[in-house]
Amino acid sequence: MAKKRMIQAINEALDGEMAKDPKVVVFGEDVEISLFGDTRGLKDKHGAHRVRNMPISETVMSGMAVGAAAAGYKVVCHMMFGNFMYTGFDSIANQASKLRYMTAGQIALPIVYMGVFGGGRSAAAQHSDAMHPMIMNLGGIKVALPATPADAMGLLRSAIHDPNPVMFLQAAGRGGEQGEVPEGDHVIELGKASTVQEGDDVTVVAIGAMVRPAMRAAQELAKSGVGVELIDPRTVVPLDSAMILESVRKTGRLVVVDEARDMCSAASHIAAICADQCFDALKAPIRRVTVPDVALPYSPPLEKALLPNVASISEAVRRLLGIAAAEGV
Amino acid sequence: MSVAPSDVNFSDEQMLGFYRDMLRIRRIEERIGDDAKAGNIPGAVHLYIGQEAVGVGFCSQLTDDDWIASTHRGHGHYLAKGGDSKLLMAEIYGRETGMCKGHGGSMHVADFSKGIIGANGIVGAGISIITGAAWAAQMDGKGAVGIAFFGDGAANQGVLCEALNVAVLWKLPVIFVCENNGFSEFSPSSTVTAGNIVDRAKPYGAAHETVDGNDLIAVHQCAARAIKQARAGNGPSLIEARTYRQRGHVEAEASFLGSKYRSDEEVAEWIARDPIPAFAKRVMDAGQASQADLDRIEAEIAAEVTEAVQFAEGSPYPDPAMQGTNYMFA
Ligand SMILES: Cc1ncc(C[n+]2csc(CCOP(=O)(O)OP(=O)(O)O)c2C)c(N)n1
Ligand SMILES: [Mg+2]
Repeated sequence: MAKKRMIQAINEALDGEMAKDPKVVVFGEDVEISLFGDTRGLKDKHGAHRVRNMPISETVMSGMAVGAAAAGYKVVCHMMFGNFMYTGFDSIANQASKLRYMTAGQIALPIVYMGVFGGGRSAAAQHSDAMHPMIMNLGGIKVALPATPADAMGLLRSAIHDPNPVMFLQAAGRGGEQGEVPEGDHVIELGKASTVQEGDDVTVVAIGAMVRPAMRAAQELAKSGVGVELIDPRTVVPLDSAMILESVRKTGRLVVVDEARDMCSAASHIAAICADQCFDALKAPIRRVTVPDVALPYSPPLEKALLPNVASISEAVRRLLGIAAAEGV
Repeated sequence: MSVAPSDVNFSDEQMLGFYRDMLRIRRIEERIGDDAKAGNIPGAVHLYIGQEAVGVGFCSQLTDDDWIASTHRGHGHYLAKGGDSKLLMAEIYGRETGMCKGHGGSMHVADFSKGIIGANGIVGAGISIITGAAWAAQMDGKGAVGIAFFGDGAANQGVLCEALNVAVLWKLPVIFVCENNGFSEFSPSSTVTAGNIVDRAKPYGAAHETVDGNDLIAVHQCAARAIKQARAGNGPSLIEARTYRQRGHVEAEASFLGSKYRSDEEVAEWIARDPIPAFAKRVMDAGQASQADLDRIEAEIAAEVTEAVQFAEGSPYPDPAMQGTNYMFA
């Protein structure tokens, strides 16, 4: 184990996979110099033909990923900010997600579309979307949202190995956070949630960057004697609903934390599954802690007020349990 | 634009092969058109009739290692690249035995094992996909090429500019073949397309050529230049093949269009320039085939059409009980 930043973990996963498999290629805008640092150094190590800067042409880029994957490559298509996938959305929504199905499985499309997502950094509305629910609804595309450097490495390796398109969404501004990363070819299966901490009173499912504030909220709630079982799904397609359901059957309570807008969020989907499949186990209504249905603003106090945080997560849990905020908190 | 007979030196066998390939598309599609009008086909069908010389001119020079991407009007490209007519017919009929097991239909005929990335319901989508396949071909380094066929309407998708730019920069082995058939759905090109499409290659410095898309030999020679350049690693071309769609945009159009968008005279003019009879005459005039040769080909194709339709009609529909997410993920 060594402490690594998330960006470093992603960089090492890309480097390791490129070294192992000559069919892995990386392309996108500025991937050679690397805006975020995740693709830095790859060109020098693996060659200019495998690590290619693209013009600002997301429409052709997302489709090139489909064509190159159909023709036998494992393509990492770096969209930079997740919001930029909208300018290249046809090939994601109409091609990558559907070509295998429409041709009755004639092809596999091993593509990783990667991008930074979510708010919290005054990037304003056009650089801050949490677009995973939209991708979930497309079908045909897996969606990974790592919360820690170790998960980023393990999930990205799996995403590159996976014969299907995978959207790998790295939470904005989390690249610098450190975490323990196992040595060697650390791999995490797509579709396996992680129980971050066990508890008996309430299940909190937190997605992506929301895992960290949920963890802090759980620590704080522990002081009031509240046992939180914290689950990080790690991928929302496939979704490890079995693990979530099992936990909710145990605790009887569910709070879902998602930095997507509330309407048709991953949180509402998870809430629906639990309402549907373990209604009898529920002792209280399911709560969602999400972003209101507005665009994310620029000014820090405005933005902060909209995103889920330790206080809003704790508050949701307390209200479920009918307990007042702890003194001094 | 057309080629003098003295410049043509294909063997008798090659000439008959071109004739057969064009006529095969024509007869299969005529049958599809009839079946569509008779209500035997569940979805929309867009026929390639009148444009066969373009698909055959290019695809007759490709192997299974080369890639093509096509359009909603894609049966012709599929057949020209060696696609199977039984699987095609069964797919269009929505049967379990179709090459996409009834999941795609007319607008999504594909056979990846033959380099046929397939038809596409999204106008212009093949342009980016083929650019990626050409990038793969370049990395493979075996001289394979990618060809995107698309319409004059698709040329107005911004992706064409993006693709030309990156293809020139990366010297990709790709050929963008715009089949200008005069219409974007029901809008005459003059009302939706500024300038000449082929000129869109110029600012990027891509090779470009306009060709008579109803002249198989002219298309073949133009294609040969572009394919040679691509295989040699000398970059992309944009080809504008001028042709005409003889049938409707979609077979059912007469049933829903309130008015005409083109004159009968215009259609008749272009039918008089039909690529297939013109080619038959050329082969016969050059003494490269007899009427008996052409009749034999006609009979062979008629048998293939019958067999394909029987295969489709005799095939079961896919079983909804077997349906699931089974093809969503590998
Ligand atoms: C992105 C997109 N926009 C619109 C359509 C509807 N549409 C289908 S075919 C067509 C016309 C295409 O014209 P062209 O590219 O010239 O091809 P042609 O039909 O003439 O072969 C249109 C507008 C579509 N399928 N996809
Ligand atoms: Mg047209």
